[in-house]
Amino acid sequence: MADSGVDVAVTDGGLVIAASGRWTIRHAGALDVALRAVDPGRARAARFDLSGVEALDSAGAWLIERTRGLLADRGLTVGLEGLPAAFVPLFGRVERLGRPSPLPPPPRRRLDDVLVRIGETTFIVGRRVRDLLGFFGAVLVAIARVMAQPRRIRFVSLVSHIEQVGLNAMPIVGLLSFLIGVVLAFQGIDQLSKFGAEVFTVNLVGISVLREMGVVLTAVIIAGRSGSAFTAQIGTMQVNEEVDALRTLGLDPVEVLVLPRILALVIALPLLTFFANFMAILGASLLLLGLIDLSIPSFLSQLNQAVTLTIFWIGIGKAPVFAFLIALVGCFEGLQVQGSAESVGRLTTLSVVEAIFLVIVFDAVFSIVFSYLGI
Amino acid sequence: MPSTPIIAIRGLATRFGNQVIHENLDLDVMPGEVLGVVGGSGTGKSVLLRTIVGLNPAAAGRVMLFGEDTGGMGPKGWLGLQRRWGVLFQGGALFSSLTVAQNVELPLAEHTDLNGALRAELVALKIRMVGLPESAAAKHPSEISGGMRKRAGLARALALDPEILFLDEPTAGLDPIGAAEFDELIGSLQQSLGLTVFMVTHDLDSLGAICDRIAVLIDKRLRVGTMADHIKDDHPWIRAYFHGPRGRAARGG
Repeated sequence: MADSGVDVAVTDGGLVIAASGRWTIRHAGALDVALRAVDPGRARAARFDLSGVEALDSAGAWLIERTRGLLADRGLTVGLEGLPAAFVPLFGRVERLGRPSPLPPPPRRRLDDVLVRIGETTFIVGRRVRDLLGFFGAVLVAIARVMAQPRRIRFVSLVSHIEQVGLNAMPIVGLLSFLIGVVLAFQGIDQLSKFGAEVFTVNLVGISVLREMGVVLTAVIIAGRSGSAFTAQIGTMQVNEEVDALRTLGLDPVEVLVLPRILALVIALPLLTFFANFMAILGASLLLLGLIDLSIPSFLSQLNQAVTLTIFWIGIGKAPVFAFLIALVGCFEGLQVQGSAESVGRLTTLSVVEAIFLVIVFDAVFSIVFSYLGI
Repeated sequence: MPSTPIIAIRGLATRFGNQVIHENLDLDVMPGEVLGVVGGSGTGKSVLLRTIVGLNPAAAGRVMLFGEDTGGMGPKGWLGLQRRWGVLFQGGALFSSLTVAQNVELPLAEHTDLNGALRAELVALKIRMVGLPESAAAKHPSEISGGMRKRAGLARALALDPEILFLDEPTAGLDPIGAAEFDELIGSLQQSLGLTVFMVTHDLDSLGAICDRIAVLIDKRLRVGTMADHIKDDHPWIRAYFHGPRGRAARGG
């Protein structure tokens, strides 16, 4: 034995359990094994001799108390003696607490839990959709109110948000669009050169970027970058009770916090989309000029033939709608934050997922409507 | 007291950028004593606690714990120290993804080789020791009140049967009855477990109820003494603190 020990002896008087050394948590593992192995046999009485204990902490005291309880359960009369005076308060405390009632077993997972989960989730999703529609209505009402009194537009806040979501997003949007342009052009050349039609890569890139890729890509980047920021900002204000403070000061959080953000994004996203379109076509054009035998004037005339103003406006026209959706969801989830900082993180993730989901769903709806209209 | 100090600080300085928090600060804490640290807001009480437990680097000076200098200590040395102290942060700092029982079990599971059954028994013991109902064990931190979270945090701090207990404003945010109960709990645990307690507090009642000595953080240094010593001190802040209406009430009560 290292520096703690249990010696069990059977005498005429019954079982004698002599404890010695350091009864602390470091030695509790070995002591636990030794004490569990104690077999009272047919003894009618047991006695703990604690005079050799040099150190005792609550783990050691618990082991003594537990063993005493177990022996008593088996009908032995148990005595304690020789406990050094220094450890009496600690032992008394553990003794008073007694033995815990066994913890209830963790609930079993059952098959019908799956059904319950599906039902719950359906219900929760339904309620969220209803709440989001309600929030949409509240925003429309606030917009109508502000339109009646344009002085109530918070101009400083609006400009600051345009800077944050628009100007500051330009490097990342520009870089990613440029690279997407390069990738598209590369794939176009690769495939179309099999037919000797690599010059039509200009048509491919021009139409796909202006009509779909530019705006959707920008919207997805902005959902990840600015939609999440809206949720985190408003959510943190919600945790700090700043939103409640606004309400008690007679200010409408939708008007003060939500409208400037929505308006800022509705202004910024079309501009960013224009920038993204430009950068993607720039990327594609640099690759085309370098890789295939195409002069700048012939590139431009090919682009001019391929792309019409309608295609450009279809792409740009979707941007304010996507911007509205991203900002609406971002602010809505921010206001859903309750209590803890933990929910800010959870709802920020949710806000990005929902915003991207809505952007792509609405893009699909636009495609269907446009094809129905024959545009 | 004949024994050597369990916490000894010599010439400690801490700075954030150009802002000097502590300058040439000395402190001795003896084994088994309860030291209360008070001071105005922003004087660096919590920073001092964080510096002692190694969360915040000191700009100069030495911090010795259990007679060992923490200055050039490697990760192994720190681990040895961390197993011998418990820290209760202001809000309890429970891990929100774990239940109360799992929170208390974490240090046991990481730092001991005890088997699962004994760990569960010790967890249950600690939870009852801090006065939490057994039903709280299976709950997550978000499901219990602030006072219960502090008790659960205390149970986690006590999990490894530490020798030193660091408390950061243990009674802040509790109602007066809850605060008095928490003081009583810390006092009785300190006596029965033989703990050394380093307590940062604003609460004059706590100081009067359980602290052996009081360290006042003033002018970047500590003035240590008993309540009676501080009452005689004529530094304006100390006078305002101990002779103000709250101070008089705490002493008179």
